[in-house]
Amino acid sequence: MTRSVHWLIVSLLLIAAGLALVAYKHLALGYPLKPGQIEESWTAEARLVVLPEAGPVKVELSLPAVTPGLSLLRENFISRGYGLTTEADRWNRSARWAVRRASQRQLLYYSGVFYIDRGREPFAPTPAYPEIPSLSEPFDTAMQAIVDDVRRQSADIASFAAEMVARINSPSPSEEMALFLNSPEYRNNPVRIARTLLAGARIPTEQVNGFPLTQTERRARPERLLAVHNGRQWLFFDPGTGQQGLPDNFLIWWRGERPVVSVEGAELIDLSWSIRRNELGAIDLAEERATRHGAWPAAFSLLDLPVQAQTVYAVLLLVPVGGFIMVLMRNLVGLRSFGTFMPVLIALAFRETGLIGGLVLFAVVVGAGLLLRFYLERLRLLLVPRLTAVLIIVVALMVALSLLSHQLGWDVGLSVGLFPMVIMAMVIERMSIVWEERGAHEALIEAAGTAVIASLAFYMMTLEIVGHLVFVFPELLLTVLGLTLLMGRYSGYRLSELIRFRRLAREL
Amino acid sequence: MISIVRKLRAAGVLGINARNARFVLEHNPRHLYPLVDDKILCKARLKAHGIAVPDQLGIVRGQYQAGALARRLRTLDEFAIKPATGTGGDGVLVTLGRRGKEWITPGGSLLSMADIQYHVSGILAGMYSLGGQLDAALIEELVRTDPALYPIAPEGVPDIRVIVFRGVPVMAMMRLPTRRSGGKANLHQGAIGAGVDMATGRTLSAVMQHDIVDQHPDTGASVTGFSVPGWPELIRLSARCFDAVPLGYLGVDMVLDERQGPLVLELNARPGLAIQIANRAGLAHRLAFVDQLDNPEGLSVEARAAFALDGTY
Repeated sequence: MTRSVHWLIVSLLLIAAGLALVAYKHLALGYPLKPGQIEESWTAEARLVVLPEAGPVKVELSLPAVTPGLSLLRENFISRGYGLTTEADRWNRSARWAVRRASQRQLLYYSGVFYIDRGREPFAPTPAYPEIPSLSEPFDTAMQAIVDDVRRQSADIASFAAEMVARINSPSPSEEMALFLNSPEYRNNPVRIARTLLAGARIPTEQVNGFPLTQTERRARPERLLAVHNGRQWLFFDPGTGQQGLPDNFLIWWRGERPVVSVEGAELIDLSWSIRRNELGAIDLAEERATRHGAWPAAFSLLDLPVQAQTVYAVLLLVPVGGFIMVLMRNLVGLRSFGTFMPVLIALAFRETGLIGGLVLFAVVVGAGLLLRFYLERLRLLLVPRLTAVLIIVVALMVALSLLSHQLGWDVGLSVGLFPMVIMAMVIERMSIVWEERGAHEALIEAAGTAVIASLAFYMMTLEIVGHLVFVFPELLLTVLGLTLLMGRYSGYRLSELIRFRRLAREL
Repeated sequence: MISIVRKLRAAGVLGINARNARFVLEHNPRHLYPLVDDKILCKARLKAHGIAVPDQLGIVRGQYQAGALARRLRTLDEFAIKPATGTGGDGVLVTLGRRGKEWITPGGSLLSMADIQYHVSGILAGMYSLGGQLDAALIEELVRTDPALYPIAPEGVPDIRVIVFRGVPVMAMMRLPTRRSGGKANLHQGAIGAGVDMATGRTLSAVMQHDIVDQHPDTGASVTGFSVPGWPELIRLSARCFDAVPLGYLGVDMVLDERQGPLVLELNARPGLAIQIANRAGLAHRLAFVDQLDNPEGLSVEARAAFALDGTY
C-alpha cells in the first residue's frame, strides 16, 4: 500500500512540478504557449539636426530611463563623427555627443525599442516637500485663496490635485485662476500652473514628458503629464482633461520643464520624434523580459545554446514524447512492436524522409532485405555473418533506390541519411529473428504494430505545437516523466486484451 | 466495450499489465530469473531438489564442439535439442528415430547431420535467446508420452502447465499438440489448450486459436472430460518446484513420461494468460485467495497442494 502511495505521490508531484513551471513561465514571464506568436513592441526615435557654429559642439539629449509598464529592449545611436557617451543613474539617463570641429549640418539619431512590461516601478524617486513658492502680488494672494478653497473641497492629495486640475481646465475659471491663466508666464501651460499651486500646498509634483505609444507616427509631439506624489506613489493627471492615471503605453522620455536637448556651439535646427509599432517574436521578448527580471529561466534557457546544439535538442526533446506514445500504445492499447524503442527511432528516421515516403521506403527495403535473407538462409550461413550480409544488402538496396529515384526525378530516396539506414538494418534483423522464432504471423503483426506506433509518434513529434512546447518549456519533461511513472503501474486491461478475452467474457 | 471490462473484472480475468505489475514484479525477485531462463541451470537446480526432469544427454557450448556433437549424436536415435535460454518451445528440435544416416522429425521429414549442426549453430549464435546473446544447446532424452494420453494427444508431447502462486497451485491447463502446431505444445502455433479442474484433474473446456473446441481436430476424440492420470502427483510436483526455485508467480510445465512418470520440463517466470481462456475462469480471485493466507510459502508441499486437490477453487 505504502509503495502505491509513494508511487502516486512521486508521479503527481512530477506532473504538477512540470505544469507549475510552465504556468510560471507563461503567466509571469510571458513565454508563449503557441508557436510563432507575435507581440508588439515600439520603436521611439529622436532625430536632431544641428548646424555647427565655430568651435567644438556638444549635444546632450535626455533618454528614457524608467517608465512604468514599458521596458527597453535595445537602443541605437547614430552620430557620424561624434564621440558618444551615455550617462545613467537610477533615475536619469542622457546621451552626450561631442565633436571638436564640425562644419556642416549634421543629423543625430537616437532610437530605442520598448516592449510592454508588467513592471510598475516608480519613474522617479520619492521627492521632498517643496517650499511654498514666493510669488509676487497679486499672484501670492490668489494662490493662497485657491489653495484654501481647493483644500476645503478635497479629502486627500489625490482629490486635491484632481480638483486643482479641474479648476485650471474649468470653462469658467474663478477670478484668481484667471489671473494665472492670463499671465504670460503661465499662459497655455496648465502643468506649470498646477505645479505652482500644488507647491503652494506643499505637495510634491513633477512634469513628465513623453509619448503615448498607440500608433505609428512619423512626426510625434511630446505630451506633458502632471505627476503628483501622494506620499506613497506617483499619481498622473492629464493636464488638459484632468483625467487621472498614466495612459496605457505612455513612454516617459524626460522629466521637468527643462528642454530635452541642450546644444553648445551649434544651433538646433530641428528636433523631431517618430513612433513605430513593431512585431517581435514572443519567445525573444519573453527571454529578454526574463533576463531583465533576473529570473532563472533566462539563465537556463535552451535558446542560449549555440544554434547547432539547439537543433539537436529540438529533436532530442521530442524523443520522450515519442517514448510516451510508445508506452500508451503498448501498455494501454496493447500493440506489439519490434524492440522497445525501435518505433521511436523509426519515427525519428521518418523526420528525414517524410511519413509516406518513409513508410514506402521502409516497406520496400525491409521486404527486399527479408527476401534476400531467406535466400541466405538456404545457404546455411552462421547467424552473425548472415546478419552482416543483410546489412550489406540493405546498404546496396538503398544505393540502388537512391540512384533509381534520382533517375526518375523523385527525391524521397535521396533524403535517407545514415541514421535511417542503421535503423532499417536493425528492423530487418529484429523482424527476421521474430519471423524465425515465432513465425510469419507474429512477425507481420509486430511489423504492423511498429509501423502504426512509428507513424503516430512521428505525427505527434512533428506537430508544431508539441515541438514548440517541449523546446520552450523543457520542464514538461518532468510532466511526461510523471505520466510515464503513472502508466508504469497501470494494471488495467489493454485494449487488445478486450478483443482477446472477448469470447471469454461472453462465456463467463 | 465497458461491459466487457466489467465482466472480465468481475470474473477476475488478469490482463498483462495487472500480471506484470501486481504479480510478476511483486513476487518474482529478479535475481532468480536466470534460474528459470537458463534450462541447464534450471534442470540442475530441480535435480538437486529431487525433482524428476528429462535426462540430459549432452551440452554444446560453442561452435568448436561441433565434432563432439557429431560423435554424440551418432549413438542417438531419438532426442530433443533445445536452446538453453529459449522461450515457449522456440528452437526445439525433436527427432523420433533414425533412417540410415538421417533422423526423422515428428513432422515426418528427414534431417541430416549437417541440418542438425546448422540448427545447433543457430542456437549457439543466440538465435533463440532473449536479446540474442550467445547461448548453449542442450541435448535431452526424448520424452515418450504416457500412452494413457493418446486419446487426446495422438501426436507430439502434450504438457501440463500449472500456475503456482506463492507455492500454491492455483490453475492448470493441458496443452495438446495438433498437426497444425507441428507436434508442438505451443498455443500460438495452434495447439489446444484445455483447462483442468484443480480438484479432479478432469479437462473442463478447450480452446484452439481463440476458438472453443470440444474435439481434437486430428482425431475427433473429445478433449473435455478427460481425466489426467496421476493428477494429485502432478499438483504436488508443481508445488515442489516452488521449493527449488522460490518465484512467487511461477509457471510449471510438466509432461507425463511413459517410463519415468511426471517430469518437469521447464519453469516460467512470466507464464502467459491464455490459461484463463482455456479454463474459462479468471486468475485474480484464486490469487487473492492465496494472498490472504497467512504465510502460504511456509506450508508443507502437502498442505499447499491440498488447496487445489480439496476443491478450494
